[in-house]
Amino acid sequence: MTTTVKEKKAVKLDNITGSEAVIRSLINENVETIFGYPGGAIMPIYDALYDFDKELKHILTRHEQGAIHAAEAYAKVSGKPGIVFATSGPGATNLITGLANAMVDSTPVICITGQVHSHLLGFDAFQETDVVGISMPVTKWNFQVTKASEIPEVLAKAFYLAKNGRPGPVLIDITKDAQLENFDFLYQKVNKVPTFYPYPKINNDALLKAAELINSAKKPMVLAGQGIKISGAEEELKTFINKTGIPVASTLLGLTSFSSDHPLYFGMLGMHGSYAPNIKSNEADLIIAVGMRFDDRVTGDTSRYIKNAKVIHIDIDASEIDKNIKTDAAVIGDAKKVLEKLIPEVNQKKHEQWVNEFNELKKEEYDKVIKIDILPNTEKFRPAEIIHTISGKCKENAVVVTDVGQHQMMAARYYSLNTKNIFITSGGLGTMGFGLPASFGASMAAPDKQVVLFVGDGGLQMTIQELDTIRRNNSNIKIVLLNNSYLGMVRQWQELFNEKRYSFTDMDNPDFIKIAEAYSIKSSRVTKREELDSAIEQMFADNNPFFLEVVVEREDNVFPMVPGGAAVSDIILAKNDLKK
Amino acid sequence: MEKLFTLLIVTENNIGLLNHVTVVFTRRHMNIRSITASESKIKDIYTYTIVIKNTRELTDIVAKQLEKIIGVFKVFVYEEDEIIYQELALYKLPISAINEGVGIEKIVREHNARILSIEKEYILIEKTGHKKETQALLETLEPFGILQFIRSGRVAMAKPMKPLEEHLAEKENAYEYI
Repeated sequence: MTTTVKEKKAVKLDNITGSEAVIRSLINENVETIFGYPGGAIMPIYDALYDFDKELKHILTRHEQGAIHAAEAYAKVSGKPGIVFATSGPGATNLITGLANAMVDSTPVICITGQVHSHLLGFDAFQETDVVGISMPVTKWNFQVTKASEIPEVLAKAFYLAKNGRPGPVLIDITKDAQLENFDFLYQKVNKVPTFYPYPKINNDALLKAAELINSAKKPMVLAGQGIKISGAEEELKTFINKTGIPVASTLLGLTSFSSDHPLYFGMLGMHGSYAPNIKSNEADLIIAVGMRFDDRVTGDTSRYIKNAKVIHIDIDASEIDKNIKTDAAVIGDAKKVLEKLIPEVNQKKHEQWVNEFNELKKEEYDKVIKIDILPNTEKFRPAEIIHTISGKCKENAVVVTDVGQHQMMAARYYSLNTKNIFITSGGLGTMGFGLPASFGASMAAPDKQVVLFVGDGGLQMTIQELDTIRRNNSNIKIVLLNNSYLGMVRQWQELFNEKRYSFTDMDNPDFIKIAEAYSIKSSRVTKREELDSAIEQMFADNNPFFLEVVVEREDNVFPMVPGGAAVSDIILAKNDLKK
Repeated sequence: MEKLFTLLIVTENNIGLLNHVTVVFTRRHMNIRSITASESKIKDIYTYTIVIKNTRELTDIVAKQLEKIIGVFKVFVYEEDEIIYQELALYKLPISAINEGVGIEKIVREHNARILSIEKEYILIEKTGHKKETQALLETLEPFGILQFIRSGRVAMAKPMKPLEEHLAEKENAYEYI
């Protein structure tokens, strides 16, 4: 999503309120959709919004957290910043989880919060909270506006900062008096902000050093991260891989940056990633990390991670270089631009023996895990087979959304993703409750696309009120609840590491079908294999929302698994391997 | 190995920026040993001088994270031998100190300090130097009964000759902006 600026004429309007200025600024930035929730301190902005229902679509969620997660997914699908309105105090604090999620997953979101009158700041006024202070560690930038005249420039900066460089969330807090004040409005887009350095020029020496390492490597491996998607470098990555013959694995957020049916693709990295890339990371003589940040879920124990390899790290964010893993060649820059320059410098190659070793491990994983997961002989459903089956019935450009937990790892493993898919998940923060509102936001950004949500019974109930937002908008979202009546991932850890002491992970759930019915969403509960196909058929029969509850095996585990604190090459394929 | 590092952080003059800077340290459970913030010779550009004790590795990571903050132009990391620095200390003594046997003027002279002000009830002494020196004077003055003592954080200058403007221009040129 490299940004191009269309030169727009400045917009000028005399004597308008700060609130109208907010709305006109958004229109000038081509905003179409706002997710929000009104309240006292943001009433003037909502009052101004009332006159702009043709230009702007405002979606009333049922909770501010729902609004921001929806906005995050909207941003991921549309490539434009997601916009959120919330009031002061509790409205603003309800955004914090979403801001933290957007910060760690590099999602451009702009939150506009109302604030008490400027003369009341710091006096513990009703619904006053220091949201600028609270949100500081979880925003790329935040700012408190106390004068209407600041609004156009601050919002123009907000848009520029949210989406350029490494994207991230921005929060603009506007006092009520600034919203009510009149002033002469002049809007000009910003294409530079002092002290913000978005796109590093690529250092040619570093680039040539990287090429030299690639050309001399015997056992190279590429780790593909979300940076590839953000910079739109999917084609460049494919060209690079096809030329160099290097096997690729992806991070969780990097899924869809490379097609999962490519012969050089070997799945996801990390804790619940694939067998081959985890084992082979520690045998590789060269790691080429592109647009990823060596999260601890990817590296396992860093003191025993990729010790045999030289490391090339390509990332736009200089602060990621040498943060978790020491590099031999750091190419700081936009992934697309770096790959474009790197491709002509690398040799055409095949690493047949090395790739064969990956394929052998891939086969071992297929025989020992995948085959059993997707074609189980158990009486009860296993989540993997549901995801595998639905994957086969979805359109090739479906938007796949997940919540957090076992089903998320299963979706990442068993949904057959290609570069036309959009995969939306909460990565770095692991935010349960993300999925349902995110599926709604995704659907708002692409109403014509098929949106499928995989969600667990725990996460669903954290933001379940957004079923009503889906109902009111009749969004074409297929909600697939994989219900094991446990907090499955925590239960898995309790089983493996806490001697099955299932401390507060048994969910004792309500009747989800009755809940779906209360929200007038068509639904079906499936418990037997022979019912599955017809239920899925019914789900995809029309363009209305559908709630499919699949009752799955209660104590299923996600394997492979790198136990916490272990080296990635100590990855296990089954529970029995743990004791070794 | 942990060492003392002096960070010169060149910033805009914005509300909340200092908070944003300190949050980066807080998050890593790093203690700031001293901090000084004031306007530079360039209007509206401020310099924070922050002293921490940590490893080179972590200090460099923190410096890069500080540089990412919108409002921060540049962060310089210096070890002790790369800078010349000073601290300022003020000492308030009762006026009776002047009349005691050991000449206060002599002590002030010997410590390269100066008498800043003599008031009806007290005298104020000012001393510039490293902590060791301001501390030595503090201990020497102790018997006179110190009414108040205050010491500033460090202000530091790098030994290399490159001016700030040149550093900022270099950084500016290393990036593209759409």
